[in-house]
Amino acid sequence: MLRIDALQAIYPELENNIVVTIMGAVAAELYTVGHRPNFFYLEHAMGLASSMGLGIALAMPQHKVIVLDGDGSLLMNLGTLSTMARYKPGNLLHIVFDNESLLSVGGFPTATATGTDLAGIARASGVPTVIEANTLESLSKSVRDALASNTLTTITSKVEAIGPKTFHMDLLLLENRFQFKRALEAMKRHNEG
Amino acid sequence: MPVSATNSRLIYDALKACDVKIMSALPETWLVHLIRMAEEDPAMTLVRLAKEEEGIGISAGAHLAGVNSALLMQNHGFLAAINPIVSLALLYKIPLLMLISYRGHFGEKDSWQTQGGLVTEPILSAMNIPIWHLNNAGEVQRRLKDAQTLAQASLHPVAVLLPRELMWED
Repeated sequence: MLRIDALQAIYPELENNIVVTIMGAVAAELYTVGHRPNFFYLEHAMGLASSMGLGIALAMPQHKVIVLDGDGSLLMNLGTLSTMARYKPGNLLHIVFDNESLLSVGGFPTATATGTDLAGIARASGVPTVIEANTLESLSKSVRDALASNTLTTITSKVEAIGPKTFHMDLLLLENRFQFKRALEAMKRHNEG
Repeated sequence: MPVSATNSRLIYDALKACDVKIMSALPETWLVHLIRMAEEDPAMTLVRLAKEEEGIGISAGAHLAGVNSALLMQNHGFLAAINPIVSLALLYKIPLLMLISYRGHFGEKDSWQTQGGLVTEPILSAMNIPIWHLNNAGEVQRRLKDAQTLAQASLHPVAVLLPRELMWED
């Protein structure tokens, strides 16, 4: 499965929800599929997209938050799984694209290439629903089910280690940051109104 | 335990006066009362971390979602969170209200705390993060409010150091 095809397949579920992505290929590909003001691309601070997603999920319990994580990033902050599992926000969906490599920095293999099982770690950390979805159909279905379930879910998806030709996005970091904050304010107002 | 319950209460009440709704923490001796107060307060979301760097992400998320937060950490926890402070909070102009217990400074008997005590302020200064010391009980409320105000106006982290004089009774 190509990650860009996966993003296209789940885009209808991403479009109107709060999305936080990691840096590099995931950010560039989601941006190409279609940027929305409710998408935030964490272009640095590897590992913290899920922590940001948790912060947003706790601060906006009436809204769904989807984190698009990667194996390299998650391996840098495995403690996030135990923290998410501790609070189990039902409005948080954590999707991990596992290409078994640090694609954006030379394609060196990560530990998932030699057997580390992120779904297993998520399960053992206490994440209530963990799904391994390695086809477009199962991924789309798992995402829809997770959003409908109001249960903290981690979905891991094996994808090929192929990324975009360029990581360029015509969106400055701070432009994204301020636009995203305003989008969240509007979503909150809309919900209250 | 000679951690000051009275001054911990002053700090907690000052955070409440700042409308802090989310607090992330990793336990350390000087912070025990503050963490218990957060735990017992139904209006506070206490997030117990595995490592302090997660707290930077949680506070960034809370800020973007329009909710005030604070981080409770030991200075060694601050040291563990430096990259996220640089490459999330400073990079993306995220205000952080960091309450840092200032271990390893004058009066410290635990030798293992002393290296962290020596480098805390120089590293904060190198990161251009303003520092308030809460030395006196009488200034706790005003200084915490002013720290939060500056963080939010400048969209920048601030560090409030909790020193031995305030936190420890012996």
